[in-house]
This record gives sequence, structure tokens and C-alpha cells, in this order.
Amino acid sequence: MTVAIDRATGKRRGDRAPRPGLGQRLKHSYQKHWYAYAMIAPVVVVLGVLVLYPLVYGLYLTLTDANSLNTARTIGVNHIDATYQFIGLDNYADILWGPTAYDRFWSHFIWTVVWTGLCVTLHYCLGLGLALLLNQKLRGRTLYRMILILPWAVPTFVTVFGWRFMLADGGIINSFLDFLHLPAPLWLEDTFWQRFAAIMVNTWCGVPFMMLSLLGGLQSIDSSLYEAAEMDGATAWQKFRYVTLPGLRSVSSTVVLLGVIWTFNQFAIIFLLFGDTAPDAQILVTWAYYLGFGQQPRDFAQSAAYGILLLAILIVFTSFYRRWLNRNDQQLAI
Amino acid sequence: MSTTTAPTSVEKTGQDQAAGTPHKPRRRGLGTSLVSHGILIVASIVALFPVAWLVYLSLGPDSDDYLHPGGIWSKMTFDNYTFVLQHTKFFDWLQTTLIVTLGTTFIGVIMSATTGYAVSRMRFPGYKKFMWVLLVTQMFPVAVLMVPMYQILSDLQLVDSYLGLVLVYCTTTVPYCAWLMKGYFDTIPFEIDEAGRVDGLTPFGTFARLILPLAKPGLAVAAFYSFLTAFGEVAFASTFMLSDDKYTFAVGLQTFVSEHDAQRNLMAATAVLIAIPVAAFFYFVQKNLVTGLTAGGTKG
Repeated sequence: MTVAIDRATGKRRGDRAPRPGLGQRLKHSYQKHWYAYAMIAPVVVVLGVLVLYPLVYGLYLTLTDANSLNTARTIGVNHIDATYQFIGLDNYADILWGPTAYDRFWSHFIWTVVWTGLCVTLHYCLGLGLALLLNQKLRGRTLYRMILILPWAVPTFVTVFGWRFMLADGGIINSFLDFLHLPAPLWLEDTFWQRFAAIMVNTWCGVPFMMLSLLGGLQSIDSSLYEAAEMDGATAWQKFRYVTLPGLRSVSSTVVLLGVIWTFNQFAIIFLLFGDTAPDAQILVTWAYYLGFGQQPRDFAQSAAYGILLLAILIVFTSFYRRWLNRNDQQLAI
Repeated sequence: MSTTTAPTSVEKTGQDQAAGTPHKPRRRGLGTSLVSHGILIVASIVALFPVAWLVYLSLGPDSDDYLHPGGIWSKMTFDNYTFVLQHTKFFDWLQTTLIVTLGTTFIGVIMSATTGYAVSRMRFPGYKKFMWVLLVTQMFPVAVLMVPMYQILSDLQLVDSYLGLVLVYCTTTVPYCAWLMKGYFDTIPFEIDEAGRVDGLTPFGTFARLILPLAKPGLAVAAFYSFLTAFGEVAFASTFMLSDDKYTFAVGLQTFVSEHDAQRNLMAATAVLIAIPVAAFFYFVQKNLVTGLTAGGTKG
């Protein structure tokens, strides 16, 4: 009988007899694992058809000059065949080094990196601060927690419109600033303030997730560690530094990685907050969307090329992040 | 890469593994607790205000009331709500949203459960690579797949159809939920599977009869996650749904603010109508959502 669970994690390959041939191994593996393959088959099929195939297709598109004027389309009863051509790596070269490349790619790239860094830092620090506060014995702790996760509970596309009303010229925020005799910036028109507003709204939306995750992490730290630290006369700061932070390590590394990926790809907030009115406040994701779907003619090839570049950036980041974690002997808690 | 935070010592089943309780610090001074309360109150106001403001604005009858909020007090009315429910496509949007979100949830949970189980229990060749593939799909920016997906769906005649959107959403929810379920299955002792196998169940039987019932909380978390993801998605819904009776809420809400005409009062009312049930649902499930997201769930 084959046992369903094989706890060997693949490290025991060395102590086996000489390896059988490839065909033999495949057959053996099939006999042993056929049901595992059967179980992941549906996912593999769906991901293959809807992720892998589009990815390959998208890669191919980036090597052409496809846009909405030369792809196959049907207008009324007339079917028009595709006339786009293969142009090799020209799209990438054009995006990275072509004329006005700075305005089209690099400025957005820098802004995207700044946006991701600032947002994740703010999310994490505010989330950790609030989690530490909520982890005390306080009256009304549950009520605070309920209120503080409201930004996560209400769908983003709803709250962004709430923010739009507040940030509008003459909206409540500027009225309030006027009332305090402070200058009232044009939140939705001026590039710097647009970016400021975007980070503000995204921070507001993203803190609850961090807060709750870190709160869960705090509550799973063994309390005897704190008792031991107190015995040894540790100050509050030392307890935080040598007990709390190491205890949060695995949760932290996970939520930071997720946070970076999510923020980097954050589409809804910027898209809904500014629509087409803020070309300079667009991060790469929304910019790529604009190129492919927000303008006429739709530039499919450029948009897909941006997408591939984005994916490359993320994959590079993640592999470095993992390497850095492994060097520090930490694990992701996903 | 080992990615589990599951306890290495396998505790007896049926025993609840209580989450660690917050440590009891020494009695703090009054000052510290006042400062804590102060910060939390400020944070609560910041968290609450934008939502409360939206509700307040939705009671003002004119589309420019958001500029003169003081005037709303004297003329509060529910007219916006009645108008939205009677004269807009609100119920069409509700129907689309429900079909798409529930479809995504249903398909997504089934798939992620089998995948998570396979990856958690069976060290089949290539499982680590497979997990990485799943993680990488989490990283796909909208822009990568949108263009090719649009082309493929239009070839398959699936643009502007519910099924097309459901499938697209599954590509984002399934990988994440599979990770989630794997984490959860890892907390269920292997001995249960072994016992099932010894008693003559097939691998599928073990999964369906023994493990799935034990994993209900994990399944619930995956379902909530799928539901909320599908509900809040903007980019694909804005692009793939063309006819205005097939808009999801995320798209429908945008129609109130066009270039020439901004019916902000109606929009605020619609926003409130959407937000209240979803927020209520969220509060109902949030505790499970968080434990599930970070640690593969604790058994309860």
C-alpha cells in the first residue's frame, strides 16, 4: 500500500540506491502521486489557460506593434483581419531608452518606488503602533478595534469616493484648513498634492490589515518570555526590542512582502481618485492601464510591455527579499 | 522553503489550541493609559470620519451639497435613496455583483481546497516549484494580463459575460486561497489521514470525508477572501463589462460621476447602500479572516 503521506522533504535523495532510469522514475512517481496530480489538475488547467497562456500571448504582443487599430476586430458585419507586425524588442527599447522615456517610464517608475516604500512603511509603523496599543489591557479595547478596522471593512471603491468629496476644492478638508487659516492645497489638481493625497488615502485603507495581522502576532508571543524579561529587569524598550520584534518576525516578513506586492499593484485607489485627470500621479500599473484601455487608439503592445516590466521588477524584488530572509534565517509565514 | 507556522509538535485533535493570551503587564500609571486612549481615540476618528461623512452627504438632496455641508442639517432627506432604488440600475448591478462574487467564491473554494490539500500532504515531485508558481501569480500586476485576457476572452465570446469575469477573478483568488488552505491543512495532524488510509479510504475519500469537515474554518476564510476580492475589484470589471446592466457595483458607482454631470448626492447614497451590507458581513467574518491570513488559521 502506498501511504498518502510522505514526510521526506526531498533531502534524503542521497542515501538511496542507484537511481532508476527516467522512464522508471516517471512511472514510479505516477503510481505514487497520481491522486496528488489529479487534485491539482483543475488549478493547473485554469491557471494554464487563464494565466500562463495569456502571459505567453502578452509576451508575444510586446514584440509587435499591436493597437486597437490593427488588431482583428468585427465592426458590424465586417470582420477585419489583424495587420500588426512583429517588431522584436523595439517596444522595450522605446520604453526604456526612447525619446521622452523619462516622462513615459522613468518618472512613473521613481514615483512607484517612492509610493510603495512610503506606503508600506506607513502601513507597518502605524499598524504596529496601533497593535501595541490594542494589545494592552484597556477599557473599550474591542470597540476601538471594531472602529479601527472600518477602512478595511468598507470596500475601497466606496471609500475612495468619500475621500474624493472630502478632498475636492471646497470640500470639508480644505474648508477645515481655511478655518485654521492654513493654505488649502488643490488636492486633486496639483501633482505634488495629488501624490500626497494618494498616499494618504492608501495609508488609511491599508493600516487595518497590518494592525490586525500584527495584533495576531503579538498575541501569539509566549507571555513567559515577557515574565522572564521582567525577572531580568528589562526596560519596556528592551522588552520591545528583544522579545516583541523577534516574536513578530515571521508575521512581519510576510505582511511586508504582501504589502509591497499589493501596494505596487494598487490599481483601484489611484484609478478612482483621479480618473484620467492626473497623468503625473499615475503609478506604473495605472499608467499601463491607461495606455492599453484609457486612450484612443488603445496601445496594446506598449501596455503589455509595461506589464511584463512590472512583473520582472516584482520577481526580482521577491527573490532578493527571500534571499535576505534566508540569510537571516527567517521564514515567511504564509 | 518551508512556509508553515504550524506547531511541530502535533497536539491531540479535538483539543482547542487556544491562542496565546496577551501578557499581563505591571500596573501602568494613569498617564500612560490616558495617552493610549488619546491616541486610539484620534485614530478612531480618522478611521471613522470619511465613512461617516459619506453617510452624512448622502442625506443632502442637491448634487452640490457636498460643498456646503452645513446646509444639509436643515434639509435632511432620504430622497436620494428612494431615487437610486427606483430610477437607477441599482438592482441590475446588485444581480451582476452577486452572480460574479458567488460564482468566484464557489469555484475558487473548491479548487483551492483540493490544491491546498495536495500540496500540504503529498510531496509529489515539483510541489515546491508549484507553490512558487502560485505565489508568483499573486504578483501579477493587472496590466500584465489585462490586454491578452481581453483578446482571449473576446475570441471566446466571453467579454461582457458573467462567466468571463468569474474565471478572471478565479485566477487571482485561487492561488492565494490555495496557500491559505495549505497552511490550514498543515495544522491538521497527518495521523488522521493515515488512520483513514488504514481503514481503507482512497486518498480522495480521506480528503472528502475526514479532512474537509475538519477544515471548515479554513474553507470559510477562503470563501470570505474570494467574496471580498471579487466584490471590490475595479480594473477588470471596468474593462470587461460593456453593457450598463451588467456592471458590478464597482463599475456602476463610477457612472454617477462623468465629465459633464456629477450626481454626487446619488452616488453617496448608492455608496452607502453598498457599503452597509458588505461592512456588516465583513464584521461578521473579520476575526476568521485575520487568523486565516497570517497563520493558516487556528483551529476553533
